[in-house]
Amino acid sequence: MSTNPPTLSRPSENIGLSVALDGAGWHPAAWREPAARPADLFSTAYWADLAAEAERGLLDFVTIEDSLGLQSDHFGGPPDSRTDQVRGRLDAALIAAALGPVTSSIGLVPTVTTTHTEPFHVSKSLATLDFVSHGRAGWRVQVSSKAHEAEHFGRRQIPAIGRNWESDDASRRVVRELFDEAADVIEAVRRLWDSWEDDAEIRDIATGRFIDRGKLHYIDFEGPAFSVKGPSITPRPPQGQPVVTALAHAQIPYELAARGADLVFVTPQTVDEVPGIIEQVRSAEASVARTGTPLLINADLLVVLDHTEQAARDRRHRLDDLAGSALQSDAAIIATTPERLAGLLIEWADAGLDGFRLRPAALPTDLVAITRGVVPHLQRAGAFRSGYSTTSLREHLGLPVAVNRYAAIA
Amino acid sequence: MSNQTTRKQIILGAHFPGVNNTTVWRNPASGSQIDFASFRHFAQTAERGKLDFLFLAEGLRLREQRGLIHDLDVVGRPDTFAVLAALSSVTTQLGLAGTINATFNEPYEVARQFATLDQLSGGRAAWNVVTSSDAFTGENFRRGGFLPHAQRYTRAREHVQTARELWDSWRSDAIVADKEAGQFLADGTAGAFAHDGEHFKISGRFNVPRSPQGHPVVFQAGDSSDGREFAAQSADAIFTRHGTLEEGVAFTRDVKARARRYGRDPDDLKVLPGVGFILGDTDQEAAEIAREVRFEQVSPQTAILLLEQVWNRDLSSYDPDGPLPAEDPDVESISIIQGRARQVDGILETARRYRRIAEEKNLSIRELIVEVTGRGLFVGSARTVADELDRFVLAGASDGFILVPHIVPFGLDGFVDQVVPLLQERGALREDYVPGATLRENLALPPAAPAAHWAARVRDNAEEVAS
Repeated sequence: MSTNPPTLSRPSENIGLSVALDGAGWHPAAWREPAARPADLFSTAYWADLAAEAERGLLDFVTIEDSLGLQSDHFGGPPDSRTDQVRGRLDAALIAAALGPVTSSIGLVPTVTTTHTEPFHVSKSLATLDFVSHGRAGWRVQVSSKAHEAEHFGRRQIPAIGRNWESDDASRRVVRELFDEAADVIEAVRRLWDSWEDDAEIRDIATGRFIDRGKLHYIDFEGPAFSVKGPSITPRPPQGQPVVTALAHAQIPYELAARGADLVFVTPQTVDEVPGIIEQVRSAEASVARTGTPLLINADLLVVLDHTEQAARDRRHRLDDLAGSALQSDAAIIATTPERLAGLLIEWADAGLDGFRLRPAALPTDLVAITRGVVPHLQRAGAFRSGYSTTSLREHLGLPVAVNRYAAIA
Repeated sequence: MSNQTTRKQIILGAHFPGVNNTTVWRNPASGSQIDFASFRHFAQTAERGKLDFLFLAEGLRLREQRGLIHDLDVVGRPDTFAVLAALSSVTTQLGLAGTINATFNEPYEVARQFATLDQLSGGRAAWNVVTSSDAFTGENFRRGGFLPHAQRYTRAREHVQTARELWDSWRSDAIVADKEAGQFLADGTAGAFAHDGEHFKISGRFNVPRSPQGHPVVFQAGDSSDGREFAAQSADAIFTRHGTLEEGVAFTRDVKARARRYGRDPDDLKVLPGVGFILGDTDQEAAEIAREVRFEQVSPQTAILLLEQVWNRDLSSYDPDGPLPAEDPDVESISIIQGRARQVDGILETARRYRRIAEEKNLSIRELIVEVTGRGLFVGSARTVADELDRFVLAGASDGFILVPHIVPFGLDGFVDQVVPLLQERGALREDYVPGATLRENLALPPAAPAAHWAARVRDNAEEVAS
């Protein structure tokens, strides 16, 4: 199997489709929608219902947002003192684990930061998510660049980074360091996943050995920020390597994705921007000398969906009015009908994207519009699955079997 | 029944045994130690038996002996938080307790994870705080290195105290979620915290709202004097090992007296020894099974390895069915074993004790190890085991037990099917859970006291001791 060149086996008529779950939705006023359940945001039932709906829509995976700091309107700054928006959230890795036993097919991709966390803990947490979900674990890698989040740990200081960090040398250096560290975390985590060969547990009664220690490996990771000896305490997870994803809008993040991820979320504002962004991603792959499977490229779109264009626009404006300001996002904001969104996805996919991560403006309203509106339209167009025919997240995405870097080649 | 409702209830937890020689993996009934199905069965069995909680231990580096990764007993386990979170979805009332190391984790992160687990489980989370001063384990972590031994508990105490401050940073009524009024939070400072201590100087805004228990239940494992003091100051329960009933009574009296010195109601610190159990149709049959199990737990190879841990020498050339080595333990060299706490008492003293026992009873190495390494073990018919457990609790030797079966995942089934009904019959164990009760309520613990109260208790006690 390992001798085959890496190829993507996902059928070409199958557009990748996932949703990004965050609180009551991505619009700051989403929690005030009639269908919103703001008092339930911190319960398993809330998340289980959303995951079940996404699974009903046969989506590849759900991502679960997280951060080490409280939500805020201040970019990079300390938390605000607003009382009119959702504040507070649960640990995404634990939510994902809780969803493992109550879902059966959908991929579960929590956001886990790389900056203040321990790579050893991150590795076993995600490996265990893969065990409790029988091979459906993923990871959205996130850098925690905010100075105030560093103060939650008190171990290091991170200088403030402005919104225009790319054109500021000092900020750029800080960002470069944080992303280099993130790449190291991914590498250490991946080595830990491989640190047990798949057949290391032998339970050999004749010799009295539970494991073959020759199939366990020290990872000996050494980097400027940390080192990890290994091996993991957790055996290799069912997928071997859970799926690693990262959101990226600029060169340094593209390079992080190219170095360590399987899938990158990008943010073209229009279909015309798609080819240019793909070129940037591919060029980042070349500049870091990526080998193996090329990155899957999914576009993030923030969606407000309703039965007519006008109704969708009205709803967006109604939410904006409640919020007191117009919705802003790094991703393109699309207010339209499920049918037109389906058409748009096909058109954008034709421009070279592998798939999309949709950010529902309001939950569950826009999620339901995706699963019961957008998906049927894609299915009718022959662009989306009619049932899960694969079981692991890697298989859903057409990623090849993960070869263990430490296993002896027979 | 009514005359039985006031009698003392036994607290029961169940430990899913991890990496040690407790689990008899050679037994054909022994299943996976990793697959979630094993954890699910174990947890659902515990819940069927109306037990208080399930408990998972933790390890952060694979143990080595003579420089080699240990390979004889169960090796490898999943992440504690992820398993407990997953179990919260397939149980409704069972407490979910996990060991999390206070040395290789940061308070902000641990507080978040336990608050999340408590939210997801509807108030069933418990934290067993352990510490490490181990450079060997530190090689897997950013902080690396180790702590001077004396700082283990000061860091742990401050770690727990800081976590309590974070848990207190949201009021229980902080979330209004009034759609009409457009008010989500009661005020704009929810989660604000600042802690300036010896080990942690942190500040900011905690981002998990207050959980159903307020503070997840805090357990502390360890019998040392420092450990007892830490539990008396900072914990709701102490995990211990059980010897005889008399030892249990003395231990329980000691830790409860310590709790009283911190101004606590002694009943608010629960004593929970980990115990094995072997059931048979008759006491005699159980005794025979127990002997077999003990020798399965201590294979010839395991016997040599466990003896090496005391002798601190390579004893691989010794015959496990032969006598103890003539030479004394090596106290000079660095420890032959890494990744596990060394014997609490001096190894020379331990070796002398081993020699005495072996001589008195004429035991081989393997027989000796079987004799000296067992934890508290309740052996007999279901009736005998139920009687014994109850006798220990009524005598004040403990408030309950953490059951440690020797087989996963089915090792708890016999206990739940046979012993639990007998305990219920005599009013020592609940017939059913109170729907929606938190773990804290099931354990008859008081509502979470604010972090400031815990800190004040420690301070007041220090002044009292000083004056």
